[in-house]
Amino acid sequence: MISAESWIIVPVVAPLSGALLSFLIRRGSVIISMTAAALNGLAAIILVKQFLQAGPAVYAIGGWNPPLGITLHTDGPSLIMLAMTAVAAIAICLYAWGYFSLRIDEPVRIGRAERQESFFWPLWMLQLTALNGLFLSGDIFNLYVTLELLGISAAALAALSGKTSALIASLRYLLVSLLGSLSYLLGVVFIYKTYGVLDLVLLQKMAGMEPGVIAALAFMSVGLLLKTALFPMHFWLPPAHANALAPVSSILSGLVVKASFFLLFRLWFDIFSPVLPASAFSLMGFLGAGAVLWGAIQSLRQKRLKLLIAYSTVSQLGYLFIAFPLAFAGGTSQAWSTVLFMAAGHACAKIAMFMAAGNILLHIGHDRIKDLAGIRAHLPITSFAYAAAGVNLIGLPPSAGFVAKWMMLITALSTHQWLWALVLLAGSLLAAAYVFKVTSQLFVIPPDTTLIMRHRSAPLLEWPALILALISLLMGLMAPYPLRLLEIGVTPEVVMLLGGGP
Amino acid sequence: MTNLLYSFTGLILFIFGFFALIVCAQPLRKILGCNVMATGIFLFLVATSYRADAAAIDPVPQAMVLTGIVVSVSVTAVALVLATSIRQASDPFIARRKKKAKGDARKKQ
Repeated sequence: MISAESWIIVPVVAPLSGALLSFLIRRGSVIISMTAAALNGLAAIILVKQFLQAGPAVYAIGGWNPPLGITLHTDGPSLIMLAMTAVAAIAICLYAWGYFSLRIDEPVRIGRAERQESFFWPLWMLQLTALNGLFLSGDIFNLYVTLELLGISAAALAALSGKTSALIASLRYLLVSLLGSLSYLLGVVFIYKTYGVLDLVLLQKMAGMEPGVIAALAFMSVGLLLKTALFPMHFWLPPAHANALAPVSSILSGLVVKASFFLLFRLWFDIFSPVLPASAFSLMGFLGAGAVLWGAIQSLRQKRLKLLIAYSTVSQLGYLFIAFPLAFAGGTSQAWSTVLFMAAGHACAKIAMFMAAGNILLHIGHDRIKDLAGIRAHLPITSFAYAAAGVNLIGLPPSAGFVAKWMMLITALSTHQWLWALVLLAGSLLAAAYVFKVTSQLFVIPPDTTLIMRHRSAPLLEWPALILALISLLMGLMAPYPLRLLEIGVTPEVVMLLGGGP
Repeated sequence: MTNLLYSFTGLILFIFGFFALIVCAQPLRKILGCNVMATGIFLFLVATSYRADAAAIDPVPQAMVLTGIVVSVSVTAVALVLATSIRQASDPFIARRKKKAKGDARKKQ
């Protein structure tokens, strides 16, 4: 039916057709979206298998080769992100199905939940299209288009809950992401003016120290940093993520911010790393350190569970940027493995946490942290999922967060960059504080209070959260397998470094 | 020379739009600021396709500008819808009128 090399278009085409079909056929939207997500998962498996056998693949859309045409390509990092997104997408689909069917049964405000559901599925599928397109695309202008698609669908999703606070947050989100992508576009124009090409692989061979390129890199980086919500440009993130519906918060916090980070990292390390001075990497590290500490402190100060989780995203994103100066010392391939571990582990953990918070909100009607005591008695699986995801955020073994932080710590100590090591440790301590602030409430059952649950616990709401949390928790044990993907297509000395290193 | 003029005009428009986006408080002005920014980039982009030989004009930037305009129109539409619904939700006058209309409808039933 589909030839071997054209499986690469499935992750883009399947969710896109899913989005259009589920918009047209409202009744079948759940089944259509589930099918699209499953097809996307299948395509991810096949692409990984092909990659293990044949190495990196390039597919010219419509038979047009670069510099005129647009290419899709796979390599280790893009496949890891693709696979992670595919797993998360299936879990989010299941959760959203359970979430909306429970909400629709609610007697109050009939119709609102149905309307939300009918818009949720097409927008979420568009979001998945944009994410996959961003991971696979090999053309910097096409990447701009996927960034815009990501921004529009994310803002529309954030506005779904319909509350005024959510609307205001999502308009701000849209404007910020528009500013970010326009700044990126200006960078693209500068690059095109300097080199006359848009293809990533061609650019890699040409990158040099022209003034146009420095301007381009500055505009692109600032735009993408704004979209990734790096401290001090994180102001838009907590309200937008915390006021959205539970499945939407999971998508935004787990997947969307990672996409723009992925693009930034690719630009810096795959294309411009020979051009950039060490001070630029240190600047990223300082901003990241600021994010880790500030995000964690803000997170500790929050009184609402969803805001606490949203600020913890700001903090965890900071670690990804501390990897910049460390990677500059430790080599590109190691940088990729650290960052991908951090990103994948955080994605699974954060999605699980927002799902758990959504369950709590759904069942007791509020998410004030001080009144959460004793939830464990009613929602044992949710509470366990929250705690397991928290282990990943703190970075205790054997979680993915532990592996990533360990790799960073080893590099920091072996290259005598003590400052980053201190920030990593302080960040973990603060993370432990804000995770335990909630878990201590969840697991303690006071003798005199009785919580009134609005619904009976639903398996579709609890199990996806638990499974994702366990994936993030156990990912550290499976560390060699994803790293093998990164070894393909790089020089043997790097492979030795990876095999010998922790 | 004209080529440079267009490029600089584009960049100046970008800066003006950015200024409006940061300084103005009303959502509509912010959205228009974004539009001006986008237009500035498109002007800059079109100016890059200029070649001294009129027959050899570069078609790629023109294709990019067309795509960019489509994207910009759709983002503007989404932003305007959001701004309108914020106004409807937060304006006490509109909210009261809506409530009254709802009450009237209920009385008729």
